[in-house]
Amino acid sequence: MTYIPKPGFRHPGAAVNAIGYARRDYEGAVSTLCAGCGHDSISAAIVQACFELDLPPHRVAKLSGIGCSSKTPAYFLGQSHGFNGVHGRMPSMLTGANLANRDLIYLGVSGDGDSASIGLGQFAHCMRRCVNMVYIVENNGVYGLTKGQFSATADEGAVKKDGAVNPESPIDLVALALQLGATFVARSFSGDREQLVPLVKAAITHRGAAFIDCISPCVAFNNHAGSTKSFDYVREHNEAVNRLDVIVGRGEITAAYAPGEVEEIVQHDGSILRLRKLAAEYDPRDRVAAMTYLEERKAAGEIVTGVLYVAPDARDLHDHLETVETPLNQLGDEELCPGADALAAFNAGLR
Amino acid sequence: MNAINDFVVRFANVNGSGSASANRLFARAILRMGVPVSARNIFPSNIQGLPTWFEVRVSEAGHRARRGGADLVVAMNPQTWEQDVAAIEPGGYLLYDSTKPLPASKFRTDVTVIGVPLTELCRSASWEAREHQILKNVAYVGALSALLDIDVAELDRLISEQFRGKARLVAPNLEALRMGREYALAHTPCPIGLRVARSSAAGDRVLLEGDSAAALGCVYGGATVAAWYPITPSTALAEAFGRYCRRYRVDPGTGRHRYAIVQAEDELAAIGVVVGAAWNGARAFTATSGPGISLMQEFIGLAYFAEVPAVIFDVQRGGPSTGMPTRTQQADLLSCAYASHGDTKHVLLFPEDPRETFEFAALAFDLADRLQTPIFVMMDLDIGMNEWLCAPLAWDDARRMDRGKVMAAAELEAGKPFARYRDVDGDGIPYRTYPGTHPTRGSFTSRGTTKDPQARYSEDGPVYVGNMQRLLRKFETAKRLVPEPVQRAAARPTRHGVIYFGSTAAAMLEAVEILERQGILLDAMRVRAFPFHESVRQFIAAHDRVFTVEQNRDGQLRMLLINEDGVDPSRLVPVLHYDGTPITARFIAREIASRFQVVGAVASGG
Ligand SMILES: Cc1ncc(C[n+]2csc(CCOP(=O)(O)OP(=O)(O)O)c2C)c(N)n1
Ligand code: SF4
Ligand SMILES: [Mg+2]
Repeated sequence: MTYIPKPGFRHPGAAVNAIGYARRDYEGAVSTLCAGCGHDSISAAIVQACFELDLPPHRVAKLSGIGCSSKTPAYFLGQSHGFNGVHGRMPSMLTGANLANRDLIYLGVSGDGDSASIGLGQFAHCMRRCVNMVYIVENNGVYGLTKGQFSATADEGAVKKDGAVNPESPIDLVALALQLGATFVARSFSGDREQLVPLVKAAITHRGAAFIDCISPCVAFNNHAGSTKSFDYVREHNEAVNRLDVIVGRGEITAAYAPGEVEEIVQHDGSILRLRKLAAEYDPRDRVAAMTYLEERKAAGEIVTGVLYVAPDARDLHDHLETVETPLNQLGDEELCPGADALAAFNAGLR
Repeated sequence: MNAINDFVVRFANVNGSGSASANRLFARAILRMGVPVSARNIFPSNIQGLPTWFEVRVSEAGHRARRGGADLVVAMNPQTWEQDVAAIEPGGYLLYDSTKPLPASKFRTDVTVIGVPLTELCRSASWEAREHQILKNVAYVGALSALLDIDVAELDRLISEQFRGKARLVAPNLEALRMGREYALAHTPCPIGLRVARSSAAGDRVLLEGDSAAALGCVYGGATVAAWYPITPSTALAEAFGRYCRRYRVDPGTGRHRYAIVQAEDELAAIGVVVGAAWNGARAFTATSGPGISLMQEFIGLAYFAEVPAVIFDVQRGGPSTGMPTRTQQADLLSCAYASHGDTKHVLLFPEDPRETFEFAALAFDLADRLQTPIFVMMDLDIGMNEWLCAPLAWDDARRMDRGKVMAAAELEAGKPFARYRDVDGDGIPYRTYPGTHPTRGSFTSRGTTKDPQARYSEDGPVYVGNMQRLLRKFETAKRLVPEPVQRAAARPTRHGVIYFGSTAAAMLEAVEILERQGILLDAMRVRAFPFHESVRQFIAAHDRVFTVEQNRDGQLRMLLINEDGVDPSRLVPVLHYDGTPITARFIAREIASRFQVVGAVASGG
């Protein structure tokens, strides 16, 4: 495999965002994934979300584990630092990176094997630690990179390409994230760009542990009849609870939603999430109700998508640890080293 | 037996009986009299109930190692009575709780037996019942003060200092001390043959544990992120870091913290947090022991290849996980030196005592940043959890953190070329940038080895080999940066040498003196780091035979010498101690002397 840089050419008429960047400036190297892989659509949604949010690309750090999904950070935000780590351990690396510099935006990209199998422990603990991040699982129900074995999110009874039936019950990462204390929990589908782009934007503006489970069919190993993560299956069983709009910094509200259907959630930093409710009984601020609803619809054979839970006044790990405002990686000798006098006093206490 | 300022007292206690603080009180009072002491805890993996020993060595000459044997045993544990009585040197002393009479068969005739009815004394006092157990320990310290002629005013002062702010506890402790002391004075001719006499030999030295010293070194070295998972004997290190951070690292204006500590879910996560933080420009460390090192292997390899600075403290204990968690060993050298899969080699530092642990802890962060690689500080339980008499800790206020080759925004802006994995200076060390530095320059994606010098994805063979060769050059550079060995020449030229490292140092220096008195002359070299400095090979080449003294079964340092420096194995004679107790001078001297007898080279001096 070789690296294919994209030509640096930018169309003179290309639209730029508020900070002068074109959409192109948020792209990365050319993808080497299979043509039609759901993961590429998610990369495109991330590019679009960052462009629309006017983020300086270098202020985002991308971390991932190992898998086809975990390779994708090379294919978006080429001006950002990235870390392609070890299988299932992205959450701990991201936690450390976040502690070192609280001022960057952290994007964790993982797969269902990466997060629900080998990395389930780290997934769980970084959710309960409330690390300020966007954590996306590109969920195809299989291990793509190792050629199609079932992952832990594969549904019981799902059929593999070779005809083998999965006898084990699936792990629903959304249910887990809700239970573990994530403060923003959503599910989407790589084929639903209209839903996914605002979801990624909302997750980025959320200060806290934001989790998106994005169903992302694997065209090579999991897109056949009998698969419950195929494009057709997900389209047929998708039950969206809401449609979302993100307004950063209380800008003018322009979305044309009919009154009565719209619910506004003001987040910590003043950004507004506007949810057009599709399921009337659904309240995304009620964690217990969210868990119940999720289970009910699952029992009815539906895959619930949309913003399932958001805690507007979330606190993150830095709040809990009471760290200084200055990023820890910028503190110097003066701030860190107590010096010789303090050491003399320390010695005196040891005699 | 007659000795002034030169004897060993062993306390045999039951774990969880509160004896540790009384025993430390005893050691500190002697230090306050200016006499060098060192103290060792030998304890089980248990919170309550199993036997535990505390050994205090009083040594005017300043010997800090375990000597071996005991001159006075304070036998407070019926379970270990036989072995404790047997450990007393002929002519020595036994102090025991004589509340319940024991048959004569329980005693030795060549030992002076001193009975103090500690339980009964405590019963007669007005304390609450739950305090009896603890105060019984203070009472034997009182008795010892009379028997050994320890200045009781020092004990009084120490008790007042210890319970500062808890005045209610001072009176019963002082009373217990007095009771024990007065009983001994009334019933035994005091002092006995062993005596403490005021001295100036201890000078300004301090009594300090290595775990605390390492933690303080991390504070001084600028560590801001710590991630750990509890494991003996490293737990105290992480906990001390928290304590010192609360003391030294709270922003005075806002009360907020200039540090972040994560008690991770396991060691995999602990090292992951460290790698992530260090990649992002913070100084980060984890503290663990052998089992944790095993779990961290994959990440350590990633850090090596992605060239991420990370500091790892390995407070070594006996392996494996259900091994000897509360016993000391130096048996993780190989698992750290070659940690992870693929071709890896790592820098190890071997501090000899808590003072050097402090220094090496701070230094480790400079080395990690300079070399952009994991640095292991190889402590052991003996250094980590015991109080050692050390020169006072020192710090030069002119010293600044060496953050290594980090390209800043201004340099990138000025057009300085940047390629993450290119060797521009010929020392194998490339430049790095912190994430978020510059809008359009200096970003890269870190991964293992599938990369070219620009950090772009590549699986090209020659590119891979080029990178691996550069890593070897970097390892060569490390030899020049790590602490040099310390040498001690014998009184006269000799063909025999000895190489040792870490906590063996104290016992080794004493053994060299013992052997010298027997006419066996050894040049000694204390190795302080891996990779080995050039002088190590020269030292070996300059001697016919070099003993390698280690606290493990397989001679792991010897293997590293053979493997990395191409030393002829027949020249390196292993002397190995690995029963989990700290190595003693007597053991080393006996082992080395026996090899001379075999060869018949005693007293040749050459
Ligand atoms: C410790 C370890 N074990 C196994 C592997 C092999 N491996 C690479 S990717 C992968 C599964 C990835 O699955 P998933 O996270 O679902 O990603 P996908 O390829 O499906 O996007 C496995 C098992 C590895 N890289 N590391
Ligand atoms: S194997 Fe599956 S997951 Fe991997 S790139 Fe191909 S389609 Fe995507
Ligand atoms: Mg997968």
